[in-house]
Amino acid sequence: MSTPMNAPKRANKPPFWALFGAGGMVSALIGPALVLITGFLVPLGLGFSPQAMDYAQVQVLMGSVLFKLALVAVIGLFLFHGMHRLYHTLHDFGLHITPAIKALCHGLAALGTLVAIVLVFSAR
Amino acid sequence: MTARNTYKRPMTGWYKRLPFYTRYLWREATCFAVIAYALVLLTGLWRYTQGAEAFNAWRAALSSPLSLVLHVAILAGFVFHSWTWFEVMPKTIPFVRMGDKRVPDDVIVRSGVMAALAATVVVLGLAYWALK
Repeated sequence: MSTPMNAPKRANKPPFWALFGAGGMVSALIGPALVLITGFLVPLGLGFSPQAMDYAQVQVLMGSVLFKLALVAVIGLFLFHGMHRLYHTLHDFGLHITPAIKALCHGLAALGTLVAIVLVFSAR
Repeated sequence: MTARNTYKRPMTGWYKRLPFYTRYLWREATCFAVIAYALVLLTGLWRYTQGAEAFNAWRAALSSPLSLVLHVAILAGFVFHSWTWFEVMPKTIPFVRMGDKRVPDDVIVRSGVMAALAATVVVLGLAYWALK
């Protein structure tokens, strides 16, 4: 289907809202468990051995493409969710939202995601 | 041209006017916990690419008092985010129908919280299996 000349300009809201929603759902479902594991149980050795999550063990995990994708998805979605929410909260504090602020918030999330992708695929 | 001088309702301290607003703001503030945790993981990934010594230093830093205090705040943020996320779910998703009846709001909220609890058990199980 060809696009008519007078086609309305498409809003960029849906994709960002979708990323916010996906990030919000993933973080609501598994976020507390992840923080509990990497922030408390593993560092304090509660139920895990002192070698848990050391380099050798993570090396095995990083051998799996599935784990790499999951890691990028968690980091990227959490960033997009958080930065989108921050962007709306800035407005609640009386900051006039300009396209530049919007671009900065979503841009930082995109940058972080890009860094995660580059790192995860440069890692051995 | 004269500048317009229309009345603007002052909005300073709006979040203190109603408990509802204050709670709303705490809900929105959970974004800092989510962003902070993403950065913790991103740092770990970055340190991993630098080799064993760098990664194990990051891993050791997780058990420092500063990290533990930070993670208490992060965990509190995540739990509140999780709770409020499912609390507003009846408003954020389209109507759910069962037969010719709409599923009541509290059923949707309870299903969400149950799903989060189940997911937590699954993730903990996977972590024990993968990290021993």
